[in-house]
Amino acid sequence: MFNNFFHKMASPKYFYRISGKLIPWFAVPCLLLTLAGLYYGLVEAPADYQQGDSYRIMFIHVPAAWMSMFVYVVMAGAGAIGLIWRIKLAEIVSISSATVGAWFTFLALVTGSIWGKPMWGTWWVWDARLTSELILLFLYLGVIALYSAIDDKRTAARAVAILAIVGVVNIPIIHFSVEWWNTLHQGSTVTKLGAPSIDISMLIPLLLMAVAFKLYYALVVLMRARCEVLERERNTQWVRELAETK
Amino acid sequence: MSLNEFLNMGGYAFYVWTSYGIALIVLLANILLPARQRRKLLTDIARSARRARRNA
Repeated sequence: MFNNFFHKMASPKYFYRISGKLIPWFAVPCLLLTLAGLYYGLVEAPADYQQGDSYRIMFIHVPAAWMSMFVYVVMAGAGAIGLIWRIKLAEIVSISSATVGAWFTFLALVTGSIWGKPMWGTWWVWDARLTSELILLFLYLGVIALYSAIDDKRTAARAVAILAIVGVVNIPIIHFSVEWWNTLHQGSTVTKLGAPSIDISMLIPLLLMAVAFKLYYALVVLMRARCEVLERERNTQWVRELAETK
Repeated sequence: MSLNEFLNMGGYAFYVWTSYGIALIVLLANILLPARQRRKLLTDIARSARRARRNA
C-alpha cells in the first residue's frame, strides 16, 4: 500500500491534483501563525535590555536565516534523490525550492544589515557569518542560472543537483561560523547545547514565526512545483484537457 | 502602550518597519508571481492545443 502511495505521488498528474487541494491547508495555518507571531513579537514581548526595540527585527531575520539553510538542504537532498532514482517529482521539488530559498537568503542578509546599522554601527562587515551567507545567495543564484541555461529540463535538473550537492559544504560553515571565527554577529541563543538562553517571551513569537515560515515555504514550493509540472507536461493529454476546461 | 509608542519602536522605527516592510513585499511577491504564472501557463497551453487541432 505504501509502495502504491509513493508510486502515485511521484506521478506528475496525481501530484498536481493533490497539491491543489493541499494549498489551503498550508496557507490558512501559515497566516494564523504569522498573525500570532507578529502580535506576540511586536506587541506582547518586552523591549530588550540592551538592544531596545531594535531586536524585534529578529522575528523575521532569524526565521529567514534558518529557512535559507533549511531550504538549501531540501533542495540538495531532493536533487540527490532525483539524481539517484530519476524521480521526476524530486527534481521538480529541488528546482522549485531555489527561488524561494534565494529570497529567504536575501531577507536574512537585508534584515541583518538593517539590524546591524543601529547595533554594530555598520551595514556590513566581511566576517565569516555574513560572507558565508552571501556565498549561499550566490549558490542559489548559480543554481537558478544553470537550470535556465540548459534547454532539456531533465539534463538541467541533473547538472543543478550536482552543483547544489557540492554547495552543501557551505551550510555547516554558516552554522558554526560564529563559533569558529571572531565576529560581530552574536552567537546562537536557541539552537545550542543545553536550554535556550533567550527569554520565553521572545522565544514564543520566534518559534511561531519559524513554523509560519516553514509552512510558507511548503506553500510556495507546491505552487512553483505545479507550474513546473504544467510546463514539463504541456504536451500530454491531461494537461491539455485541464487547460481547456479552465 | 499607546499607538504612537508602538509605531515609534523606542526610536528604532525606521529600522524595524523597513525590515518588516521589505519582508512583507518579498513574501507576498513569492506567492503572487507563481499564481500568475500558473494562470498564464494554462491559457497559453489551451491556445496552443486549439491551434494544434485546427492545423491537424
